[in-house]
Amino acid sequence: MYPIIHKEFLAPTLGKFIIKAPFIARKRQPGNFVILRVEETGERIPLTLVDSDPANGTITLIVQAIGKTTKLLLTKKAGDVLTDVAGPLGSPTPIENHGAVACVGGGVGTAELLPITRALKQAGNVVYSIVGARNKELIILEKDMYEISDRLFVTTDDGTYGRKGFVTDQLKDLIEGGLGIKAVYAIGPLPMMKAVANLTKNYGVHTLVSLNAIMVDGTGMCGGCRVTIDGQMKFACVDGPEFDAHKVDFDELIMRNRTYVDLEKISIERFEQEQVKLQEALS
Amino acid sequence: MNYVNPMKPSERMKLPRQHSIEQDAEIRSHNFKEVSYGVNEALAMQEVQRCLECKDPVCISGCPVSIDIKSFIQYILKKDFVGAVNKIRESNYLPAICGRVCPQESQCEEICTLGKKHEPVAIGKLERFVADYEMQHNLFVPPVIKESREEKVAIVGSGPSGLTCAAELAKLGYKVTVFEALHAVGGVLRYGIPEFRLPRNILDMEAERIKALGVEIITNFLVGRTATIDELFDEWGFKAVFLGTGAGTPTFMGIPGESLSGVYSANEFLTRVNLMKAYDFPNYDTPIKYGKAVAVIGGGNTAMDAVRTSKRLGAEKAYLIYRRSRKEMPAREEEIHHAEEEGIEFVLLTNPIRIVSDVNNWVSGIECQRMELGEPDESGRRKPVPVKGSEYIIPVQTVIEAIGQKPNPIIQQTTQGLDVSKRGTVVVNEVQATSREGIFAGGDLARGGATVILAMRDGKTAASAIHEYLLSKHNGKKQAIPEPFAELTVA
Ligand SMILES: Cc1cc2nc3c(=O)[nH]c(=O)nc-3n(C[C@H](O)[C@H](O)[C@H](O)COP(=O)(O)OP(=O)(O)OC[C@H]3O[C@@H](n4cnc5c(N)ncnc54)[C@H](O)[C@@H]3O)c2cc1C
Ligand SMILES: Cc1cc2nc3c(=O)[nH]c(=O)nc-3n(C[C@H](O)[C@H](O)[C@H](O)COP(=O)(O)OP(=O)(O)OC[C@H]3O[C@@H](n4cnc5c(N)ncnc54)[C@H](O)[C@@H]3O)c2cc1C
Ligand code: SF4
Ligand code: FES
Repeated sequence: MYPIIHKEFLAPTLGKFIIKAPFIARKRQPGNFVILRVEETGERIPLTLVDSDPANGTITLIVQAIGKTTKLLLTKKAGDVLTDVAGPLGSPTPIENHGAVACVGGGVGTAELLPITRALKQAGNVVYSIVGARNKELIILEKDMYEISDRLFVTTDDGTYGRKGFVTDQLKDLIEGGLGIKAVYAIGPLPMMKAVANLTKNYGVHTLVSLNAIMVDGTGMCGGCRVTIDGQMKFACVDGPEFDAHKVDFDELIMRNRTYVDLEKISIERFEQEQVKLQEALS
Repeated sequence: MNYVNPMKPSERMKLPRQHSIEQDAEIRSHNFKEVSYGVNEALAMQEVQRCLECKDPVCISGCPVSIDIKSFIQYILKKDFVGAVNKIRESNYLPAICGRVCPQESQCEEICTLGKKHEPVAIGKLERFVADYEMQHNLFVPPVIKESREEKVAIVGSGPSGLTCAAELAKLGYKVTVFEALHAVGGVLRYGIPEFRLPRNILDMEAERIKALGVEIITNFLVGRTATIDELFDEWGFKAVFLGTGAGTPTFMGIPGESLSGVYSANEFLTRVNLMKAYDFPNYDTPIKYGKAVAVIGGGNTAMDAVRTSKRLGAEKAYLIYRRSRKEMPAREEEIHHAEEEGIEFVLLTNPIRIVSDVNNWVSGIECQRMELGEPDESGRRKPVPVKGSEYIIPVQTVIEAIGQKPNPIIQQTTQGLDVSKRGTVVVNEVQATSREGIFAGGDLARGGATVILAMRDGKTAASAIHEYLLSKHNGKKQAIPEPFAELTVA
C-alpha cells in the first residue's frame, strides 16, 4: 500500500501527488517512471517520476486526467492509498554536457521533462526551455522550469499566453539563432514529438524523445509497448522510454496507441456515470 | 504399511483407468471455470487398486522431484488421504498445482510399469485428489520449523522455482524474503496459466502456505531497478540470493505486420486476461481486443492456453497454427486433447509469413505457407520445409504469437560477474550455483523455458546448496564455487 502524502491541482485536469514509496525514492534517476494501480480492479499505468525525496521516502507524480484511470487518480487525496506502485522503471536518460541544449515540453510532457531538464542543467549545460500547451490554463510548471533553465519560452496554440504558435516555431528560431544548441530533449504528445523530430532532422541536431507506448507490466515481459526504432523492434519500458527521435516510427506508434479507443470510451463513460451518482448520493 | 491390496496383479491389470469428471466441452469453452473437476473419492479409490505396488517402483524415477509415488498410493489405499498428501509434500511443496499442470504423460506415467501393456496409473489425478481433499477439509498442518538461523536469503521472482526455494529455506530456519516485480505472486502460474486450468484460489492458498512458513513476500519490487543484487548483499544484508526470474521476455517471429493493432504476444494476451482480469472488462479496467476470428501461432502450452482463452472470450473461430504436425507439439497431451474437444481448429504443418492489415492498421488476416516434414533436425524432430506456391490467407482480426520466451535481461545486465549463455540463460552448475559467489539460479532463467516441476526441482536443489554454502561460510570455511559446467538442456 502506497499512501498519498500530499495532493494539489496544478490545473483543473492536472494533479500533483506526493506518495510514500521509499525504495523507489532512493533509486530514482531522471527519465525513470513507475507503473501504478490505483485500486484492485484498476489498470496498470505508467507515470514519470517527476521528483523524489529519498530522506522522506517520497516520490512526486504529475498526472493529467485523460481517461478512466487518470481521472480516478485525480479524485484521490492526501490520506488515500494506492494499491500498487512499482519502479523505478525504464532506462535513465543519458545526461551529458553538450554545451547548449533545448528542452521542449508539450502539455503534461513538461512534467516528464522537468527532472531531465534539471539534470542537464546540473551537468553544466546552458539550457533553453520551451513549454507549450493548447491554452494558458494548460501551461504547467512554468516557475519550476524557469528556475532550472537559462532561458524559458512559452507558447500556446491559441495565443492566450506567451507566443502564439507551436513549440516547433520557437525551437526553429532558437536553432537558427546561433546559440550552438547541440541536443534537443522533447516530451509531449506524439504529433508534437514527431514535428520536433522532423524539424531537428533538417538541422542535424541530436534529439531524444520519450515514447508513451501503452504498457502493461513495464518490466519487459509482455511486449505490448513495442516500438520500431531504426527498423528494429524495441520495448519502450526497458529499452526506453527515450529514443533517438530521428529513428522513431511515429506513425506506427500513433496507430498502436489507438488500439483501445472504443473500450477506453466505455470505461470513461461508465466512470463518469458512477461519479455523477456518487455526487447525487452525497448531496 | 499394513494394508494389503487383496487383488492379484492380473486382476488389477484388468481394471480400467479412471478419468476425471470434466465440464462439458461446449459449455466450458464459454466460461473461465476449471475444465476438470479431477477424480472424486470413489474414482480415486478405484484407480489406486490398479497400482501394482512394484518392487521397483520406476514411476519414482520418472518424477523430477522423486515423489515416493508408490507410498502415497498405498496411503490412499488405506484411505489415509492426509498421510498421502504429506508423503507428497516431503518432496513437493505444491501438490495441488503439480497435480494439475505437470506433464505426467512424459514423466511418472510414461514409465509406470502398468503402462507397458495397459494404461498407466493416473498418478497426476491422484496427486490432485489428495491435495484437494486436504484443502476442502481444511486439514493442512504447517510443518514445524525446528531451528531459526541468522542469515537472510533473498529470492528473486515468485514463480515455482522461487516459491519452492523459499519454502525449503524457511523450513531450515532461514529468514527468507521473496522479491516480485509484479503486484501478485506466482510467476507464470499467475499471469500465464489460465484460471480454467489452475483456479486462483488454489494458487492463493499455496502462496499463503508459503507465507505461513514465515517467508516475507515483497511485491512491486523489480530487482535490478528497485535495488540491485549488489545492494541486496551490501545494503540489505542478504547472505545469499536465489534468482528465479523465469523466461518472461516474449520473442516475435519477425514477420511483416507485427506492429499492427490486434497483434499480441501470448504473454501480453494472457497477462491482460489472467493477471489483469480483462475478461471481466469493464468491471476490471484493463481492456483486451479480439476479433471473431483469432489465430494463435505455436504448439506449446502457451499457445494452447492462448487459443483456448480466445475461444472463451468469444472468438467464433480460434485457429492454432503450428509448423510441424500434432505429434511434435510440445504442449501437454491433456491440453491438446481439451483444445480439440473445445473446437479449436488446428492448422498444422503451416507457417505464417505475413500479417495482413486493413485500412485502419488493424489485423485483417494472416498469410501462411504450407510445410512438409523433411530430415530430422538437432532436436531429432523432422524439420518442416516450406511447400513452394502454397501461400494463402486466413481471415482473422487477432494474431497471438506464442513461439517462445527468453530470460528477462535486467538482472544479468545490472550484476557484474554473472555468466550468461548465448541464449540469455544464466549459467549454473549441478547445484544451481552461478559464477558469482552466493548467487544461485534456477527454473526457466537457467533452462530457458521448461516446466513447473523442473523449476521446483531447481529451487529445491538450490536451497540445499545455499544451506551448505551458508554453513560453510558460518564456520569460516571458504566455499569453493564449482566451475560452471555445461548448460542444462531443456526438457
Ligand atoms: C513512460 C511513460 C510515462 C508517462 N508519464 C506520464 C506522466 O508523468 N503524467 C501523465 O499524466 N501521463 C503520463 N503518461 C501517460 C499515461 O500513462 C496515460 O495517460 C495513461 O495511461 C492513460 O490512462 P487512462 O486510463 O487515464 O486513459 P485511457 O482512456 O485508458 O487512455 C487514453 C490514452 O492513453 C494511452 N494509454 C492507455 N493506457 C495506457 C497504458 N496502460 N500505458 C500507457 N499509455 C496508455 C492510450 O494512447 C490511450 O488512447 C506516461 C506514459 C508513458 C508510457
Ligand atoms: C502460458 C504458459 C503455460 C504453461 N503451462 C505449463 C504447464 O501446463 N505445465 C508445466 O509444467 N509448465 C508450463 N509452463 C511452463 C512453466 O510455467 C514455467 O516453466 C515455470 O513457471 C518456470 O518457473 P520459474 O520459477 O522459473 O519462473 P516464472 O514462473 O517465469 O516466474 C518468474 C517470476 O519472476 C518475476 N521476475 C522477473 N524478473 C524479476 C526481477 N528482476 N525482480 C523481481 N521479480 C522478477 C516475474 O515477474 C515472475 O513472477 C507454461 C508456461 C506458460 C508461459
Ligand atoms: S510404476 Fe505404476 S504400477 Fe508400479 S508402483 Fe509406480 S504407479 Fe504403481
Ligand atoms: S510494458 Fe510489457 S514489455 Fe513493456
